[in-house]
Amino acid sequence: MSMNNQGRPTAPAEDSRRRTVAPGTVAPEELGTISGDRGLDHEEALIFELGHGAVGVDLPDVKVADDRLGGMRRKAAIGLPGLSEPEVVRHYVRLSRMNYAIDSGLYPLGSCTMKHNPRLNEKMARLPGFGDLHPLAPGSTTQGALELISQLMTWLTTLTGMPAVAMSPKAGAHGELCGLLAIRAAIAARGENRTRVLVPQSAHGTNPATAAFAGFTVDEVPAKPNGHVDAEALKAKLGPDVAAIMLTNPNTCGLFEGEVKEIADAVHAAGAYFYCDGANFNAIAGKVRPGDLGVDAMHINLHKTFSTPHGGGGPGAGPVVLSERLAPYAPIPLLVADGQSFRLIEDQAAVPQGAKPFGRMCAFHGQMGMFVRALTYMLSHGRDGVRQASEDAVLSANYILASLKDVMSAPFGDGPCMHEALFDDSFLDGTGVATLDFAKAMIDEGYHPMTMYFPLVVHGAMLIEPTESESKESLDRFIHVLRGLATEARAGKTERFTGAPRLAPRRRLDETAAARKPVLRFRPDPLKEAAE
Amino acid sequence: MRYLPLTSEDRRAMLARIGAPDVDALFRDVPKAALVPLSAFDLPDTQGELEVERALSRLAAKNVAAGAAPFFCGAGAYKHHVPSSVDHLIQRSEFLTSYTPYQPEIAQGTLQYLFEFQTQVALLTGMDVANASLYDGSTATAEAVLMAQRITKRGKAILSGGLHPHYAETVETVAGLWGPVTRSAVTPGLPEDIVALIDDETACVVVQSPDVFGLIRNLRPIADAAHAKGALLIAVVTEVVSLGLLEPPGAQGADIVAAEGQSIGNGLNFGGPYVGLFATREKFLRQMPGRLCGETVDVEGRRGYVLTLSTREQHIRREKATSNICTNSGLCTLAFTIHLSLLGEEGLTRLACINHAKASSLADKLAALPGVEVLTQAFFNEFTARLSKPAAQVVDQLAAKGVIAGVPASRLLPHDKSVENLLILAVTETNTDDDFAALAKALQEVL
Repeated sequence: MSMNNQGRPTAPAEDSRRRTVAPGTVAPEELGTISGDRGLDHEEALIFELGHGAVGVDLPDVKVADDRLGGMRRKAAIGLPGLSEPEVVRHYVRLSRMNYAIDSGLYPLGSCTMKHNPRLNEKMARLPGFGDLHPLAPGSTTQGALELISQLMTWLTTLTGMPAVAMSPKAGAHGELCGLLAIRAAIAARGENRTRVLVPQSAHGTNPATAAFAGFTVDEVPAKPNGHVDAEALKAKLGPDVAAIMLTNPNTCGLFEGEVKEIADAVHAAGAYFYCDGANFNAIAGKVRPGDLGVDAMHINLHKTFSTPHGGGGPGAGPVVLSERLAPYAPIPLLVADGQSFRLIEDQAAVPQGAKPFGRMCAFHGQMGMFVRALTYMLSHGRDGVRQASEDAVLSANYILASLKDVMSAPFGDGPCMHEALFDDSFLDGTGVATLDFAKAMIDEGYHPMTMYFPLVVHGAMLIEPTESESKESLDRFIHVLRGLATEARAGKTERFTGAPRLAPRRRLDETAAARKPVLRFRPDPLKEAAE
Repeated sequence: MRYLPLTSEDRRAMLARIGAPDVDALFRDVPKAALVPLSAFDLPDTQGELEVERALSRLAAKNVAAGAAPFFCGAGAYKHHVPSSVDHLIQRSEFLTSYTPYQPEIAQGTLQYLFEFQTQVALLTGMDVANASLYDGSTATAEAVLMAQRITKRGKAILSGGLHPHYAETVETVAGLWGPVTRSAVTPGLPEDIVALIDDETACVVVQSPDVFGLIRNLRPIADAAHAKGALLIAVVTEVVSLGLLEPPGAQGADIVAAEGQSIGNGLNFGGPYVGLFATREKFLRQMPGRLCGETVDVEGRRGYVLTLSTREQHIRREKATSNICTNSGLCTLAFTIHLSLLGEEGLTRLACINHAKASSLADKLAALPGVEVLTQAFFNEFTARLSKPAAQVVDQLAAKGVIAGVPASRLLPHDKSVENLLILAVTETNTDDDFAALAKALQEVL
């Protein structure tokens, strides 16, 4: 096999299973192992099955004879397993090795923005002045934290061209809720009753869910065949009962909604508000200001655009920038600067004149740990780096689109895309290769699959977002692998696809059985318990 | 820029393959006027790691970390010792930099720890099932009320006056859209008569134990009264270490438990990220918000885990979902799970005993001081004291002396004149006898 100068193969490895085995011997993989493990891949039991009465902390045994628990002392054991520190460490290290991660490979999940997570962010968030700071500590002891939030607010309002920002929402969907509640309050303050929210078909599921959560009815706006929202249909739906539209821009097809300003004007003329889903802000940060486009509210996923890690599904942070019209309704707490010092207004009744907070999103003041990481990232990049990152993300997505559209099918491939390249599964028609099998075959090639079956407006969607974090060499290798898979599929060679993955810690899992008879927690085997 | 791998030469070659003259050609759908120059942003330019570290450290140094002073703040966030291995393990790339486990074949690490987390939460709370976390205790409480409104098809929610006021405000903001939310009056340190407020229109009663003033409540009579009227009892726990020593809410008749898990595995972080625990009865499973991880097998019959019952969730059900939540507290649940695994049954019990013993000791010490009256008699590691002066003023005076005395009740209930002199103090295993002596001395000086 040929290798490049980094020692990486320049062509897909020959399938090791096809190598010849001397007659009369058995290939090791068919032989299995005595342990059940395979080299570096260890099987790992549940922590509850590993416990044996050891303890992983050294704490004094303080007897509480005369407790003051009001007669509410626990009577039965909890049932937690006991393990020493080395056992716990090994358990979780072994589990970690069953995960794919952006640190170990390109993670092309469209709409999810799996970019590099700098470790400086982690180090800064762990400075005792941030990590070991109590949210209700006296204001005189938290000035640096408030100053940091204030700096981050400046970055967010400057990058978006918006006058205000609510910092407390804890993730994107929570930010959506914050934005819609501000809109609700603004409408109520005008003495109006508007109940309908327009949501394009291509929207993230959180948009309609949030609108319903906030007490609105959802009215879906169709997409045009070119992947853009149907602006005419949208305008036709506007009326005195419409509270807002929720538009993602760039949209989930990876396209910029060029008619956004006209849409915003029409929405405002109808007395409604423009909520922008900022999940894709990473395509335009440092180049386009949503405030210039007529946006009234937009959440910013700090865990996407500003690199705070996804952590296996969270935590995130979803500050919401607000227009002049919505700013008065921002929830408490509010941060105010008195000269050089900062203070939080946590009392609904003590807000400055003109402020009419709609309420409170959560206890305390938001995801400070994420704020530290995001500001660290912003200061590292600077405005020039943020702009370059957006350009590189868009360039990389277009490079993938241009390099794959002849072998895969790109429904909107005639023009450039933004930060993600959308394909569909029509290139698999008649090949005998199922869409999901194609995605799962990527796992055997060492890649996390792209986002599948989303957005819903494209049948068999495959959405690829490379982000700005990949080198050209990494992109070329990814393209090479996907071209190889697409070419084999189109040639009707189904072997690699059917039943994939084969080389992952687990093969295809039975999701139907999991949902039919849910097992959501470990319970000791009653027979084994009885025997003991 | 150190985080950007593409060189100028790479960019030129890539544009050539795309067939675009420059990168702005790729932004052609953006209206010309909306593409702004770099100078439109009045922000600093790129900086090296050293410079950024310096800038952030300067800000951090303006704060007083909990570990840098005798420290007694609680009221929903608690300073506990987190073993070193917890933070080391959660920073492993494979945990830190992975996405939501939607491709289970290559996310078994995340899925298995979520399954362990769900089991731990169910055991601790005494409930049948738990989800894979919500944002924090306050939003979990709001979700619990919404769930009760769905289950009972009633709107009215009754909140105990002992519920953390931030939690109550969060519930009012969200659940208030769907029905009346009322807060009962409370005398700090004493249980209120919440049972009298329950009627045939009540969806749920929300009771925190230990409550915001530290008082341990007996939930059983409240559960019985709620059930008699067809309402649900939502039990809230803000100090989850207390469950090492206290009767779990599940054994007292709670239908839903919403709790803040920060105390186990997670730092104070000035209020977030934390981890919302959410547990309920089996029969309400399909009304739960948030992700659930379930056990199954792969095609070779090997045990494995997947996200399941997703038809409740927004990415499948859209406007009919049980909640809009997507991102949750993934990595914070891992910290919780690892710390609780290290503690185990014995460690958690010991930790809880230490907390209770130390709090009892401080309560006695303070009760002996002139100008201090301890109001909470049945408590875990937090109690409320009435001072002879406004507590906010005392806290500021003590902060100037280098002692962080606790949370003045007026910070949480700014309109209630009756709590002006009340100070809420939390004590954990991190507090020493020297801390107690410093607090007592400083209090004597200002009272």
